[in-house]
Amino acid sequence: MTNAAHHQPAETPALLKTPLWELHKALGGKMVPFAGYDMPVQYDGMGVLKEHLHTRRRAGLFDVSHMGQALLTAKEDPALALEKIVPGSMTGLEPEKQRYTLLLNDKGGILDDLMVTRWDDKTLFLVVNAACKEKDFNYIRKTIGKDVKLDYLADRALLALQGPEAEKVLARLFPLVAAMKFMTTTKVVYEGAELFISRSGYTGEDGFEISVPAAMAERFAKQLLEHEEVKMIGLGARDSLRLEAGLCLYGHELDETVTPVEANLKWVIQKRRREEGGFCGADRILAQLKDGTQRLRVGIRPEGKAPVREGTEILSPEGQVIGMITSGGFGPSVDHPVAMGYVESAYAAEGTQLQAMLRGTARPCAVAALPFIAPNYKRD
Amino acid sequence: MSKTLFSDDHEYVKIEGDTGTVGITDYAQNALGDVVYVELPKVGAKIAKGEQAGVVESVKSASEVYAPVSGEVVAVNDALAGDPAAVNQDPLGKGWFYKVKIGNQNELVALKDEAAYADYTKDL
Repeated sequence: MTNAAHHQPAETPALLKTPLWELHKALGGKMVPFAGYDMPVQYDGMGVLKEHLHTRRRAGLFDVSHMGQALLTAKEDPALALEKIVPGSMTGLEPEKQRYTLLLNDKGGILDDLMVTRWDDKTLFLVVNAACKEKDFNYIRKTIGKDVKLDYLADRALLALQGPEAEKVLARLFPLVAAMKFMTTTKVVYEGAELFISRSGYTGEDGFEISVPAAMAERFAKQLLEHEEVKMIGLGARDSLRLEAGLCLYGHELDETVTPVEANLKWVIQKRRREEGGFCGADRILAQLKDGTQRLRVGIRPEGKAPVREGTEILSPEGQVIGMITSGGFGPSVDHPVAMGYVESAYAAEGTQLQAMLRGTARPCAVAALPFIAPNYKRD
Repeated sequence: MSKTLFSDDHEYVKIEGDTGTVGITDYAQNALGDVVYVELPKVGAKIAKGEQAGVVESVKSASEVYAPVSGEVVAVNDALAGDPAAVNQDPLGKGWFYKVKIGNQNELVALKDEAAYADYTKDL
């Protein structure tokens, strides 16, 4: 047998540890290298399947401290400068509101996807991907650093509490969170320190992300785990949850060769930005909005039970290669294989019958609506 | 009287006369995690030792299963299509993959017995 049982990574530079590393070990976390960190992929006695289902039914706690948290400040609104390198409306972001956006290179290719929160008229809070944080921060400083100051908050941990019972649990500690809506944020004081709470996540479920000082992260996590609704969840289920939710993973659906329009993320470009442009790669992106693109990101539903994985070729009914799977696996909640990938735009309509080349055999699959599960966000 | 032997690639073969029942070991199923799909060889297929005999997929990854011994496939465990989790629950019992008519008994010498395999996986 290959892979799982044999996958022993070669000697690599020492992996970084999050402030919850000791807790992961104590809880039986099976540790794997991820984005330079030693991270739990799953926990003893649970496993990806159970962890996934627990999050959809109750509440899962995720350590996402490897992600990059930073503050963007300026004499004027830092959103003015940030809008040069992201296609979303940042100046239009109201205090305590959060927005998903994309960091673009000068060709409109995606350098990273990130969350931006406005704290006040001079301060934005960013959360970027772990594997991209150094690149992102350098790029931001290089491109707009004369107008804004970027401070990496290296001394903070980030926890995600996700699932239908997340609100009930977190409201026992902080009653005000029950009134929060999807993509809003607040600050609370816990044991004398400031926590930043947002009502958002990466699972398709209602839930929260909570930024806490590194020094109290373990204590705070343990306090959440005392509630019987909550279990610790590893990166394996984080991936299967976000895939069912149709959410992109940088390095898979998104990279520098892909534009927001190709990635089917044109909703991140608000009306004013479509009219005014003025962001990196705007010429290309605005033209694509008008004329369409050669390829598009779509959901793929393989027929039968065999998962199709990243890198699998997608064929037209006539057998021509027309695309590639970028993420694929088994969806525990939908109980069938799920995938995302890029296909030529002519084949991107929902329901289009295609084939996936699996181990030398073309197997039927179809373009599927995303997400695969009905999201459970608290919109109102 | 049956005897179970193990490959370095974490397949087992349970020997009864000239028939071997092949599957993946408890160590392997534990490393893989929750099995969601198993692809089995066809009855009648002749598979040489070390060749791919099937695929086992967990939520997170796909792994190839290699024949621990050469021979002709005489039966496959069709029940795994409906119950792939049997590979996790009972890898050496109802989680078996296929049965093979062993072509060359001499190949068995290269496989590990239970104690040697336990010793081998201890250090992985």
